[in-house]
Amino acid sequence: MTRGDSANGGGASGQQQGAGKFPRKRFYRARAHSNPLSDSHFPIPISPDEVNLSQHYPRYFPSDEGEGRQGDAAVPRIRFADVGCGFGGLLVGLSTLFPDTLMIGMELRDKVTEYVKERILALRASNPGKYDNISVVRTNSMKYIPNYFRKAQLSKMFFLFPDPHFKEKNHRRRVISMQLLDEYAYVMEEGGIIYTITDVEELGEWMRSCLEKHPLFQAIPEEEIKTDPVVKLLCTATEEGQKVARNGGHTFQAIFRRISFKEE
Amino acid sequence: MEDTGVEEAEVSGGAEFAPALVAADPHGHSVAVAVGPELRVFDLKAGSAVSLSDDSGGGSHSDAIRAISFSANGVLFASAGDDKLVKVWKTDSWCCIRTITSEKRASAVAISNDGLYVTFADKFGVVWLVTMGESGGEQELTDNKPVSILGHYCSIITNMKFSPDGLFIATADRDFKIRITLFPKKPLKGAHEIQSFCLGHTDFVSCIAFTCLSEGPSFLLSGGGDSTVRLWDYIKGCLLDTCQVSDKVGELLEPNETEDSNLAVADICLTNDGSLVAVAIKSLNGVMLLACDLIAKKLSFLKVITMEKCYIPTSLSSSFSADLLWTVMGASNMPNQATSQLFTRVKIIPHFKKDPLALCDHVPAVLEDSEVPHGEKLLLALQGSLDIAKQEEVLASVLAALKVSMHKMLVKKHYSEERREQRKRGRNDKKIKK
Repeated sequence: MTRGDSANGGGASGQQQGAGKFPRKRFYRARAHSNPLSDSHFPIPISPDEVNLSQHYPRYFPSDEGEGRQGDAAVPRIRFADVGCGFGGLLVGLSTLFPDTLMIGMELRDKVTEYVKERILALRASNPGKYDNISVVRTNSMKYIPNYFRKAQLSKMFFLFPDPHFKEKNHRRRVISMQLLDEYAYVMEEGGIIYTITDVEELGEWMRSCLEKHPLFQAIPEEEIKTDPVVKLLCTATEEGQKVARNGGHTFQAIFRRISFKEE
Repeated sequence: MEDTGVEEAEVSGGAEFAPALVAADPHGHSVAVAVGPELRVFDLKAGSAVSLSDDSGGGSHSDAIRAISFSANGVLFASAGDDKLVKVWKTDSWCCIRTITSEKRASAVAISNDGLYVTFADKFGVVWLVTMGESGGEQELTDNKPVSILGHYCSIITNMKFSPDGLFIATADRDFKIRITLFPKKPLKGAHEIQSFCLGHTDFVSCIAFTCLSEGPSFLLSGGGDSTVRLWDYIKGCLLDTCQVSDKVGELLEPNETEDSNLAVADICLTNDGSLVAVAIKSLNGVMLLACDLIAKKLSFLKVITMEKCYIPTSLSSSFSADLLWTVMGASNMPNQATSQLFTRVKIIPHFKKDPLALCDHVPAVLEDSEVPHGEKLLLALQGSLDIAKQEEVLASVLAALKVSMHKMLVKKHYSEERREQRKRGRNDKKIKK
């Protein structure tokens, strides 16, 4: 919501430097928060069919042969979503861990999205053949998740260090809530895993209690969490996580599995 | 959602006109019209206006009613509105049995098919549920306060309906979405499992309606601000057909009225078998009829029933038993309108059914006022007045208001780049460091 086009600030200067150069954060100064409640003024795909994958993953979807493989089961789909991806640390970490899985970061702040875009382009240019499976989109995922993903499309969703929104009046701005979990459950396949982490104890409890109350999610046993290679990245890969570690702070995780609905 | 047209964005606070609503009892026993805070009911069996009574202990409506609905069996009736009240009426005595206070303004209301639950949606996009009836120990636990069962994140829910089999609840919002949610057997714990999203509208969705076939699959129809009527397979969330009504209306209207913003679909109404769709369109003085072929899954334009120049229906309804399509025009919250002047105009289209034998010559036309069932008595009860001349005057101002009303409430406000910069400068969280 900071501006309508990318014709000023860091976005343009990043492009001028050409691919291969890493963007510098100082050119992408952004607010720490953005209001998820306000009306959005950026383009939103009307339905998941309109998500332009060739723009996000050019190596997987060469734009010239887009027509030929429609309806084919072999067409790769986005499987991971990092909601509120920030500066994209987790995506970069996951990219090499799951080199054949398409994943997308979703971020509301325009400048931050620009930064991640440039970062991915630079990574691709300096590591040919790598980082082709990650991308970023500027969107309000609290409003438009179903516009991007089909039912049961995702196998992992990440909510790392979301805004805590302490005031009770602002609790509805939290990215994890009973209502929004309905939508996340819709886009996740059965057995898919939702990862949440925060350094704010109050929010950690909130996210855990929402997930515990929700009939479509079930806590994952501790032993299983320990063997999950993704969990280590939650703290180490993200900028926010590194900051917490630097300051010696605590983190609170809630990792749950999407289960099928059982009515008692 | 592109940042294109810049409309005048600053809207004076009270400029949200509430269009008049009509609802016909499924069995044709009665018909209700809501305009502003007034609920007018006419008993078609007895042929007299109904005086409403209130046993619920709550107040009566004090602000515009935004949604009214009969239950599927016609036993209950619910009204909800800007005064944050949801009132449930028993239709045998027209006595209000429950008044529920909502935290926010209510924008949609529905009664579950078994009549056990009333759901209403508020302007924050949350759907609330209350248990009706005395039976059921479950209700004691919750103190019978409304519980939230689902939500559209911060979006106005414009319409809410139960599927004919009662398995799903459909909610439409201003963010182009229709959500189909499984309605659980114990809904007090919330409706968390989403069956599908019906995505395809490119503007707000104003109305939805299910086809109710006794056997075979049921379908969903929707109308929206993109001036389309769409047919959906709601189980899969799959768009089957789209009918662009603006193409058909275009030639009937003055050129300056054909802007898409004026051709939003205001309401749709189906015949019993779902084969015929009546469409009310903002700016269209009349009703458009579409044929809905549920075998071929196609919508096709049939005809426009034109009405007098300044009659633009704001709401449509029909009942299963009688083949009458009820239409109403009117609005409240008008500037310079005294509350005593809450006129509406009611018109009825007879033979609202698809008759394969007589589709061409036996076409529906509008009933003259003298041909209306129970004649003047009904019109006086539902319209509030019979003085046509005075009405014309009021309706002319209603007409002007209607053209903007829905958009003011449902469309995202567009600000010019300069305007946005200016607003930012006025924000006190941004210190100027230059």
